[in-house]
Amino acid sequence: MSLSSSSDRGSSRRSQMAGVVYSQAFRSAFYQVVLAIFVLLAGYYLYSNVVENLCAQNIATGFRFLSEVSQFEIGERLINYSARDSYFRALVVGLLNTLAVSGVGIIVATILGFTVGIARSSSNLLLKKLAGCYVEIVRNIPVILQVIFWSVVIRNLPPPRGAVELWGAGFLSNRGLTVAMPNTHPSHGWMLVALVAGIILSIITAGFIRRRNDATGKHVDSLWVSLLLIAGLPLLVWLFSGAPLGMSIPERKGFSFSGGSTLSPEFVALLLGISMYASGFIAEIVRSGIQATPRGQIEAAKTIGLKPWYITRYIVLPQALRVIVPPLTSQYVSLSKNSSIAVVVGYPDLVNIGNTVMNQTGQAVEAVAIMIVVYLSISVVTSLVMNFYNRLVAIKER
Amino acid sequence: MRNLKACLLAATVALATLPSFSAFAANGDTLKQVKERGLVLCGVHPARHGFAAPDSKGVWEGFEVDYCKAVAAAVLGDANKVRYVPLSSQQRFPAIQSGEVDVLARNVTANLSRDTALGLNFAPPIFYTGTGFLVRADSGVKEVKDLDGAVICMAPGSTTERNIAQIFAARGLKYTPVVIENNKQLVDAYVTGRCDALTKDKAALPGVRAVDTPKPADHVLLEGIYSKEPLAMAVRQGDDQWYDIVKWVVYATFNAEEMKVSQANVDAMLKSDDPDIQTLVGTIGDNGAKLGLDQKWSYNIVRQVGNYADIYDRHFGPSTSIALDRDLNRQWNDGGILYGQPMN
Repeated sequence: MSLSSSSDRGSSRRSQMAGVVYSQAFRSAFYQVVLAIFVLLAGYYLYSNVVENLCAQNIATGFRFLSEVSQFEIGERLINYSARDSYFRALVVGLLNTLAVSGVGIIVATILGFTVGIARSSSNLLLKKLAGCYVEIVRNIPVILQVIFWSVVIRNLPPPRGAVELWGAGFLSNRGLTVAMPNTHPSHGWMLVALVAGIILSIITAGFIRRRNDATGKHVDSLWVSLLLIAGLPLLVWLFSGAPLGMSIPERKGFSFSGGSTLSPEFVALLLGISMYASGFIAEIVRSGIQATPRGQIEAAKTIGLKPWYITRYIVLPQALRVIVPPLTSQYVSLSKNSSIAVVVGYPDLVNIGNTVMNQTGQAVEAVAIMIVVYLSISVVTSLVMNFYNRLVAIKER
Repeated sequence: MRNLKACLLAATVALATLPSFSAFAANGDTLKQVKERGLVLCGVHPARHGFAAPDSKGVWEGFEVDYCKAVAAAVLGDANKVRYVPLSSQQRFPAIQSGEVDVLARNVTANLSRDTALGLNFAPPIFYTGTGFLVRADSGVKEVKDLDGAVICMAPGSTTERNIAQIFAARGLKYTPVVIENNKQLVDAYVTGRCDALTKDKAALPGVRAVDTPKPADHVLLEGIYSKEPLAMAVRQGDDQWYDIVKWVVYATFNAEEMKVSQANVDAMLKSDDPDIQTLVGTIGDNGAKLGLDQKWSYNIVRQVGNYADIYDRHFGPSTSIALDRDLNRQWNDGGILYGQPMN
């Protein structure tokens, strides 16, 4: 182009322009930019309209309210909190409650879902049909009804005075499940450290054993070594710190119980509702994963004399996980969003606390914005972690 | 390409010229809108027996419902020209702020932060109450200090959450709150024994006991009132004329009772010689014109809805299932604190 003479420079520039305009890359970029500008403009319009109207109506705006004293109590909390703390701390209490119920919910849903999913693909007809019934029931009843159902069931348990005693270790009543807990002891923190160390060590040794197996052709299962490390290290720490055995045993006192730890009815109802609902979907995902493994491979594995457990562990699971993990991610994300049903039963999750904050300060736009950002972050982090795991189990193309 | 450009241009122009949509009330707007619509939109409690609840035929009734009617009678001359908008405690403030309702008569406690930060104006309180507790009769609880360590059920988004924290902190007591928005779920949680006490405005509890508990006799209200809850109607800031109207509707019901002008005798009072009464029933003066209303506005309130005593007795009087002592809600010359400003 640089060599073209001055007379045809104009026309060549035009054709160059036309080339750019009609190029695939330019066009797709152009549409994207236009779309982005429109989204931004629309967003700005909505934002400025809201701010303008709130100002005109003398309604306070901004996030300054977060540092003000909340003046309300919260029933369940994982960190210290009282009515003298700030709205910000109240929202953190709510966030931690949301994370607690979602985290435990994901674990429960996964265990239930995998168990039922494996049972559904079992050759035992009774087991298979029972698992099928379970899936159809929990999957087809709206999650909000399931949460209310469990909350009604728990509320109709006997009151504290007539609570069901659990072999001296706790009570089951309409105030929740109260169980004996070890008294707090300085060794507990170290046991946690030992647990984490055990998990890291077990991953390292598993890698080492796998390489050794590959190199020698012998087979040593790393599972037992891993279990020993994970359970053994904290146990060792406990023994060396004098094996503290003090337990806080719950007893009836006043309106309910003193001592021990209590899982509140609201927490349990919400946990059961959202995790059973998700477990139905997870079971189906697991079943599809298992059935995705070609039968021929399993038959071949049997022919060379592999035991059933080895077939599951080394042939079926690695291939099933590839199918299971991506849809499992969206189940985890939707479970953590479903936890906002907490408002119905009164579990103080982020939405519940956010509603109270919204009402006391009147700053609905800000409070809702905080909730949106938090749920978005939880979902994105869940997806990122699961995508990372997916990359671990996916087929490595070399 | 040209098509796309034209389309983009049109869209840009459309976006730039979009009017900024506003719910902001300018002076006089609300009255004009209400008259054009021929209906007052009144935000009420979805189910608070005595204050606002639909009856078995779906007809709204209650103390605050009657105040919605009083506004309609004054503005439109017909107490039935009201559309009731049931609102949860979460929804009530956005509803009035956004103009979804013209007036909020929904058990709202008037206080400073709502008056300012929420952009509201409060008419004179129509019902003075305070935090109350409903407990099981067999629990042995006689006063608040017996509730140390109790689980207490309450609704979110009300002043109750804050009051309870203060009441218990001031007495050095502990409690566990269970906060449930849905009224049915909330009462159910108390009735089935999840909570030791249910707390609400004291005036709301007799209705809960009479209607929602399976055996009303098994439940008692704690003596005493533990916080100040002046319940008032609210309007948006920015429309002073509408605020004046709602305010004087309230005073009209107070003054009518004070002057002993009731629903039963208001027509006879049209022939009264007392200038105060003549002003109230609209035979003299120009109060209607000053407010932008019909001269008969206060006559219509008393004729169609009644004076304060008529309204109170209809819902909390001795003949009702939730009989409530008038207590602070008496006239100022009868030991209460209702004091209608003079209507001259």
